[in-house]
Amino acid sequence: MASTDTQRAQTIEEIEPFEAAEEINGGDVVLIDTREPHEYQEAHLDGGKLVPPGLLAEEIASAAPDKAARTILYCRSGNRSAIAAAQLQQLGYENVASMSGGILQWQEQGLPVVSPSGMTPEQRERYSRHTLLPEVGVDGQVKLLNAKVLLLGAGGLGAPTALYLAAAGVGTIGLVDDDVVDASNLQRQVIHNTERIGMAKTASARIFIEGLNPDVKVVEHNGRLDASNILDVISDYDIVVDGADNFPTRYLLNDASVRLRKPVVSASILGFDGQISTFVPFEGPCYRCLYPTPPPAELAPSCSANGVLGVMAGTMGTLQANEVIKLILGKGNPLVGRLLLYEALGTSFTELKVRRDPDCPICGENAEEIPESEMGKFPDYDAFCAGAGGDRQSIA
Amino acid sequence: MATVRIPPVLRPKTGGQAEVEVGGGNVGEVLRSLTGDYPDTQDQLFGEDGELNRYVNVYLNDEDVRVLQGLDTAVKDGDTVVILPAMAGGAA
Repeated sequence: MASTDTQRAQTIEEIEPFEAAEEINGGDVVLIDTREPHEYQEAHLDGGKLVPPGLLAEEIASAAPDKAARTILYCRSGNRSAIAAAQLQQLGYENVASMSGGILQWQEQGLPVVSPSGMTPEQRERYSRHTLLPEVGVDGQVKLLNAKVLLLGAGGLGAPTALYLAAAGVGTIGLVDDDVVDASNLQRQVIHNTERIGMAKTASARIFIEGLNPDVKVVEHNGRLDASNILDVISDYDIVVDGADNFPTRYLLNDASVRLRKPVVSASILGFDGQISTFVPFEGPCYRCLYPTPPPAELAPSCSANGVLGVMAGTMGTLQANEVIKLILGKGNPLVGRLLLYEALGTSFTELKVRRDPDCPICGENAEEIPESEMGKFPDYDAFCAGAGGDRQSIA
Repeated sequence: MATVRIPPVLRPKTGGQAEVEVGGGNVGEVLRSLTGDYPDTQDQLFGEDGELNRYVNVYLNDEDVRVLQGLDTAVKDGDTVVILPAMAGGAA
């Protein structure tokens, strides 16, 4: 068999990639890719028609109907195309050439290929378990790579969310947090570590994310969100993930996100309990439809005061990441109009219906646009903030 | 009897129980049975006017009683009443 191949190769014309490129640019060339479909999918020459070696006899007539036309064949490294060129000559093709070195040498010489996915070979490898899923595929992975997601809080919920969104290849991850890593965070905030105690959480998160996945662009918002800057900050993002630890920020985010029509994936944790819902403005209820007003400060303990099982942050944060990915892909049924409760001691999930409130002051039928200074305010806001010690308006 | 699910912030008022069984023909009666058995829950569920505090969401099974008949919503044996205040824990 090997000697036959060699004889065939000796009888056919072989051209270098740069010669092929000149001919292709000159036009009037039929270009045939003699590889397998999955290789063609990854990258091929512009204008190359796929005719796998095993289907050459059946498919060549439709791909190259004119046996007198100049026909250039290529494969990965030049072997399969040389064999195919000899076969075509036997079939009566008069002007056939095989490109030596194949697409590998073509690319080594810096010549362009068509990569339908827009993904690099490294990305195709990294995300192969995603692209194998029909619900994701190459198109879905490209959507993830192009997506911009803002995480409010790089702490308990933000850490696992950031971890899985970064691993999934979400192309831009913004992080809002004005806190520094503390030893007491490390029981649940898995993207930070002992060495980085004292470092800004956004900087620590950047180190983790960039180490995990160089495809992700990290944007640090090392500060506080308030009514004067929230519209600017969230307008750059497709989706916001709410892991804030205080009510004023949650209401502020709600009001700003409804105005800018940004979906918000919202979760909270306390002790062994977690809640999660997805708020898509005007498609489903908003945070204020669910909670028109927060409980008084003394009934709204924080994790720092009450404690939280560390893995609760992981459970709820990864559920948030799942919601974000579904929203980006446009697949499945996100938690729009549904509130999912998780109770870890009993390992039980409960789903509640959440309706749009026609009288909602932010997204209701008669809601009027409020001035920015009023965004995030709720009934008894001043009393609430005073009761909370006045320092709960930040994301900490 | 109906099962009332107690949120974490109220559990100190119910001896740490996450669920309690109480009687009552409608949501209002069920909640008043609860506050009868566990008086410390009264101030957190009801205002001085006797109305449910607006920061407390109450669900009969999976539906918000605000879209049913409120406290008058009928409760059957075996129903679950969920008391749900907003929580804000997340980052800190």
